[in-house]
Amino acid sequence: MSEKLALEQISPVEWLLPMSGDMRVPGRIFADAQTIDLLRKDIAEKKEWNALRQVRNVACLPGIVTAALALPDVHPGYGFPIGGVGAFDLEEGVVVVGGVGFDINCGVRLLATPLQGNDLPAIREKLADDLYRTVPAGLGSEGKLRLRLEEIDELLREGAHYAVKRGYGFEEDLTSIEETGKIAGADPDAVSRIAKQRQFKQVGTLGSGNHYLEIQTVDEVLDPGVAEIYGLEEGQITISIHTGSRALGHQIGQDYLKDMEQASRKYEIPIREKELVCAPIRSPEGKRYLSAVVCGSNCAFANRQVITHLVRSSFTRVVGMDSTSIRTVYDIGHNNAKIERHQVDGETRELLVHRKGSTRAFGPGREESPPAYRQVGHPILIGGTMGTASYVMRGTTLGMEKVFGSGIHGAGRALSRKKAAKKYWGENIKEELAKGGITLRAHNLRGVAEEAPGAYKDIELVVQTATAAGINRPVARLRPVIVIKG
Amino acid sequence: MPFEYLDHTADVGLRGTGETIGEAFSEAAKGMFNLMVDVDQVTAKQSLKVLRDASTPELLLVEWLSELLIQKDLTGLYCSRFCVDIVEQPDGLSLAGTAWGEPLDLSRHSVKLEVKGVTYCGLHVVQKGKEWIAQCVVDI
Repeated sequence: MSEKLALEQISPVEWLLPMSGDMRVPGRIFADAQTIDLLRKDIAEKKEWNALRQVRNVACLPGIVTAALALPDVHPGYGFPIGGVGAFDLEEGVVVVGGVGFDINCGVRLLATPLQGNDLPAIREKLADDLYRTVPAGLGSEGKLRLRLEEIDELLREGAHYAVKRGYGFEEDLTSIEETGKIAGADPDAVSRIAKQRQFKQVGTLGSGNHYLEIQTVDEVLDPGVAEIYGLEEGQITISIHTGSRALGHQIGQDYLKDMEQASRKYEIPIREKELVCAPIRSPEGKRYLSAVVCGSNCAFANRQVITHLVRSSFTRVVGMDSTSIRTVYDIGHNNAKIERHQVDGETRELLVHRKGSTRAFGPGREESPPAYRQVGHPILIGGTMGTASYVMRGTTLGMEKVFGSGIHGAGRALSRKKAAKKYWGENIKEELAKGGITLRAHNLRGVAEEAPGAYKDIELVVQTATAAGINRPVARLRPVIVIKG
Repeated sequence: MPFEYLDHTADVGLRGTGETIGEAFSEAAKGMFNLMVDVDQVTAKQSLKVLRDASTPELLLVEWLSELLIQKDLTGLYCSRFCVDIVEQPDGLSLAGTAWGEPLDLSRHSVKLEVKGVTYCGLHVVQKGKEWIAQCVVDI
């Protein structure tokens, strides 16, 4: 297949993939020149999987509105690129399993403590050991909260509210979670029995891969006014939890990939890549999948809520502090498809916005944001690598116009896992981190090599690019002190 | 090389090869479990049966691998040896497979990463000369 994937540069950080062939809209990529070079290199080397082709394929889907978008942490995914955003008209458009992925509502929870960085050295090793023992992580780990089938159904309907009801955390947490940790429209019957059974032992587990638990310090406040509203100050100890919907979400993805493959044929939707199988949003198949996605999302919120409780219990044991003093700053997912209102060409429209490896990033004034954050827009949480930094950012009015209120979600991989495992050695990474004042506890050192900081793009560049594009604004930079990996 | 991993930036491309389609499926499964645990350390103590059908060889590969992931969570069995028979049917293909393995034992097994799902990305089942290839990207 000849590839016509020539990009036109619009600005130093914005590139257009003009319409050609079956594309219904252009592609629009917000990225720095280095990232664009990487994407072009994949094309030149005829890589089977490349993000530019994935942007082009998404732009060919029925009902897509304005453009197929990619944000500064873009890299090849399956179906959609990672860092990909696609908004679809509710009548003409489709819902795409590859636009959500297997880890539905995978995301980050940020907690703020009253501790300061200089409180930590004395307790660091003890706290790391306790967290490592307390939060189930890694392959084959099992959660402490075992649920029966009907309890799983309640969890899918109630999300983080269910976890709080079972004693995992506080009511106050719920106001600081995207959509209060419970998205409406969950139909547990849309989730297979097998998906629920797979989840029995996995509630409150971290998983593996790029998931982590980090104890961090607020290294620098970059927007004092907004940081004050978010309750963040320099030197403060924070906690980040990165995980998703575990086996339940994975099985929903697997089940519906098959359903959508059949639906694509039934509705005669032309598909450029198998992973983009889809169904019309208003079709019975589309509605059922979206309802299952809500269940998966609520499961992820509950999962992060349970882990929040476990982390608090560690701090209480080791530091002797009151668990209520550890506050949820925000909790936001980065693999989802949601029906949202947006302005398109001066008209208010309801659209289904897929974000694959991208967060919602609503700017000031949106009613979906928690009241305390509404004036400035809710926080978006960007996970860095274990040796560098994470960021708290926020959405902007320009971001609402240009990218349907979406945000970056991480540094974005630069090296494949295979290349990273060859280049790095887990034990060495652990030593290097220790030299930099970072304590690592990992269940699997090969996984550490694959997640080596050098396997990722420079988080600073990704944040600068999103900022230069005007779609997200930095609020604070967080540096890891303790890293727990699955 | 009976199974190998292909470069994919975010996830892992998985390829099994064999003299028959069944062998290629077996090797793909071995490659998938080897992402999770060092399969050389996994003893074939217990077995499980998998019966699946699908309209195409590609969809059958996804069915086979995803069923093994389900069984991994439901039975706790991590597998290292596989035997697969694939038969053409009037409306597609059917698979009868056996997988042998054992529950995870952290004192003996080097655990690696969790495989979240089997995608349709890069999904191919083809015969090239005398060799069958079964490949797809798995989500990590």
